[in-house]
Amino acid sequence: MSDWSRALSAHATPDATAAPTISGNRGLQLEEPLLFEQDSPGHCGVDLPEPPPLRSRLAGLERKAPTGLPGLSEPQIVRHFTRLSQKNYAIDAGLYPLGSCTMKHNPRLNEKLARLPGFADLHPLQPRSTVQGALELIDTVAHWLKTLTGMPAIALSPAAGAQGELCGIMAIRAALTARGDPRSRILVPESAHGTNPSTAATCGYAIEALPANARGRVDLAAVKAQLDTDVAALMLTNPNTCGLFEDEILEIADAVHAAGAFFYCDGANFNAIVGRVRPAELGIDALHLNLHKTFSTPHGGGGPGSGPVALGLELAPHAPVPWLVHDADGFALVEHGDGQAERSIGRLKGFHGQMGMFVRALAYMMSHGADGLKQVAEDAVLNANYLRVRLADLLSLSFPGTCMHEVLFDDHFLKDTGVTTLDFAKALIDEGFHPMTMYFPLVVHGALLIEPTETESKASLDQFVAVVRGLAERAREGDAASFRSAPRLTPRRRLDETAAARKPVLRWRSASPQQEAAE
Amino acid sequence: MRYLPLTDADRTAMLAAIGVPSIEALFADVPVAARHAGLLDLPLAMGELEVERRLGRIAAKNTSAGSVPCFLGGGAYRHHIPAAVDHLIQRGEFLTSYTPYQPELAQGTLQALFEFQTQVALLTAMEVANASLYDGATACAEAVAMAGRVTGRHQAVLSGGLHPHYRAVCETYARFAGNRLVLQGAGPGGGEDLAALVDGETACVVVQNPDFFGEIRDYSELAEICHRAGALLVVIVTEILSLGAIIPPGEMGADIVAAEGQSFGNALNFGGPYVGLFAAREKFVRQMPGRLVGETHDAEGRRGWVLTLSTREQHIRREKATSNICTNSGLCALAFTIHLALLGEAGLTRLAWLNHAAAVATAERLAAIPGVELVNDRFFNEFTLRLPRPAATVVDRLAAQGVLGGVPVSRFYPERPELQGLLLVAATETVTPEDIDGFEVALREVLR
Repeated sequence: MSDWSRALSAHATPDATAAPTISGNRGLQLEEPLLFEQDSPGHCGVDLPEPPPLRSRLAGLERKAPTGLPGLSEPQIVRHFTRLSQKNYAIDAGLYPLGSCTMKHNPRLNEKLARLPGFADLHPLQPRSTVQGALELIDTVAHWLKTLTGMPAIALSPAAGAQGELCGIMAIRAALTARGDPRSRILVPESAHGTNPSTAATCGYAIEALPANARGRVDLAAVKAQLDTDVAALMLTNPNTCGLFEDEILEIADAVHAAGAFFYCDGANFNAIVGRVRPAELGIDALHLNLHKTFSTPHGGGGPGSGPVALGLELAPHAPVPWLVHDADGFALVEHGDGQAERSIGRLKGFHGQMGMFVRALAYMMSHGADGLKQVAEDAVLNANYLRVRLADLLSLSFPGTCMHEVLFDDHFLKDTGVTTLDFAKALIDEGFHPMTMYFPLVVHGALLIEPTETESKASLDQFVAVVRGLAERAREGDAASFRSAPRLTPRRRLDETAAARKPVLRWRSASPQQEAAE
Repeated sequence: MRYLPLTDADRTAMLAAIGVPSIEALFADVPVAARHAGLLDLPLAMGELEVERRLGRIAAKNTSAGSVPCFLGGGAYRHHIPAAVDHLIQRGEFLTSYTPYQPELAQGTLQALFEFQTQVALLTAMEVANASLYDGATACAEAVAMAGRVTGRHQAVLSGGLHPHYRAVCETYARFAGNRLVLQGAGPGGGEDLAALVDGETACVVVQNPDFFGEIRDYSELAEICHRAGALLVVIVTEILSLGAIIPPGEMGADIVAAEGQSFGNALNFGGPYVGLFAAREKFVRQMPGRLVGETHDAEGRRGWVLTLSTREQHIRREKATSNICTNSGLCALAFTIHLALLGEAGLTRLAWLNHAAAVATAERLAAIPGVELVNDRFFNEFTLRLPRPAATVVDRLAAQGVLGGVPVSRFYPERPELQGLLLVAATETVTPEDIDGFEVALREVLR
């Protein structure tokens, strides 16, 4: 028995109903009002000189009404945001097993290098001669990603995975238009991320759902039955969101190509195969990579991301501008969709892509090297399978057999317990873990999708297993009430999402004079 | 490998627990033809020191904007970022957390985003704002798409004063979504008559303030004309600091404001990541793209925050979502919020006027050079000069003399020879009197 499980068996039940404190704080859990509720008018956290007297060139368009922004000093601001930060869970603090999100360790070397003035303090419109290093860095990132995917071209400008999808589907539509073969439908598996159908619809395509087979994969027979000369593309996630490798992928690719369609791959789960499997060898025509997943750039509470798209030969001429080229004077950017980029789909975002993310991703790739990246995939898959076998007897595994980087359970093990997947996840929060992805993918009931990533130690996995097993047993013993009231130990208990949506309050507003008078 | 905690002994034990002989067995579902047995043709693992050396050498090949007098704008602005901003956004609890889907574990991110939404609404004088988009250009394209959903119309009129990248992104999105754009020719001086182009088909008119050439205008009248025709006025702001000094779009009658928020808290980063700001009238909120944080209460009745109105979004609504966006610019939005919180009302106003003063001083000095003409009537921290030579050549020669002396308009419009003498010049609080002296001397020299 590990120290951890001994600690568990001897755990004391904290008294969540302890008498309220005078301050509202509870030890290290510190209450913090909004910035706007701490205003001392006229105060400022930045010392700036008095602007010199001048003849304004705003000519009557000067702002007259104050903005209403609050004034605070630097110590107040630092304390405010420090207190807020302490209300967050983070990969730095513990296991964050969100399936399909790849919450791995974010190396601090990457942060340090992205802040070098030679990268961070570069204006995107500086003359070419002053940014040769930046362009070399982008070229080096492109080389690594092309080698890892086996694909001949890569478009680096997409801002995140969903924009990468948009880029890929636009390139496919442009290629079909160039063939004189416009098509109107895109096939998307039921297990796909929501961005896939949304992206295809944004490009004007009708969406057709592909069912999963009993093995959690896309059904090859259904693919063949649904493919015809009106299908522009199949969008497949591989490994898929059930954590399974699409083992008939070569047959699927052949069928897609035989129908004259393109094969798009959502590379959100590339972490499972990086360095071991090259998507080009799976028959894929376009694939986006999330640098904020596989390549460890921080999620930052919801971005920024970066979503480069690897493209096959027929799609490459349609890549968005800017393009990076090399001539006698070094590197240069092709910024317009004419001349050599005349078949480009055009521009997808301002400037040249998420440079700050490129630096971080390159530092990550160089740190690992070809050998380390392969080990990443192996350890990610090993960790997920270890969780699978350690939990399969108590939880209900959705699909038998080995998984890739994530393992999918459904809620059959909670049947007749009165505990839902949501309750189970919230109970995990009280145990100090971030929950797994819940209710996704949609192909199983009450999904619990667990992705540990390669940066968890065996001890960390064992701790998680002990807790999940303990909770599963508690649910089975009929302690539903304790699940329904979880979490009890967080800065806030369960939050009312229905109330938030019914009458949305999306910003702070100063109290009206009447209200102030009433108070 | 320093980032991988498993030991060989762990791996052996875990494989045994799984009941497979080797790691290969876990990859058995991969078709044999696609398995790559050896190592790919890439360098092997490196220690921190080696990676730092190599990337440091690449960084050293660039001229960082702070090492020379820098007068570049055109949609990205060099501002001083207080040290507290970068310290706070690097706290692991912010840096290494995910999108706040589990609100009980993410009250910090959620409250900060609620504060961000409020700040954006206050700055723009709009009713509501979302929790950020990728950047200003994509926010602009999303605004055009949203105007189409709100009005049920499919034509957008784009001012020639719109940043050419924003215009290009709108063109890309519109082409694939089947929307029509009416594009006005670019040029300073505001000769366009946008009102005349508004009709019953128009979903929105898109203007930028200050515009791409730095000119500031009052769009109140245009807003009224749009509204009478059932169209929306979309106002783009590429330099959000300008709203510390000039009338905000909400007071001019804007229905949607899409903006670039880089100026607060975010380094130039060679163009990204930045942060798209998006604000609108409250009655359109269910047509907005992107995430929204809303106020609610917990099981004990205490105030708290959650992501809300998610039924607009791709993870719920799939192909019927208002946008396909998922990951946005969370950490950049946090940097924006911290910087703006430090400034507050007083600091914002002062910083804006410092920028204006720097730009006025620069414009007066440069316009005194023979052959150089200031094009603008009204400007904030950026203006356009007409030079007697092609601006692109001038800029290259200035760079050779160690001055980043503006952005040639021809970089965006190479096909328009009549624009090749135009130079965009921005001056922020980071510009010193010595920088202005240096720029003036160099420009006189280059134009001699």
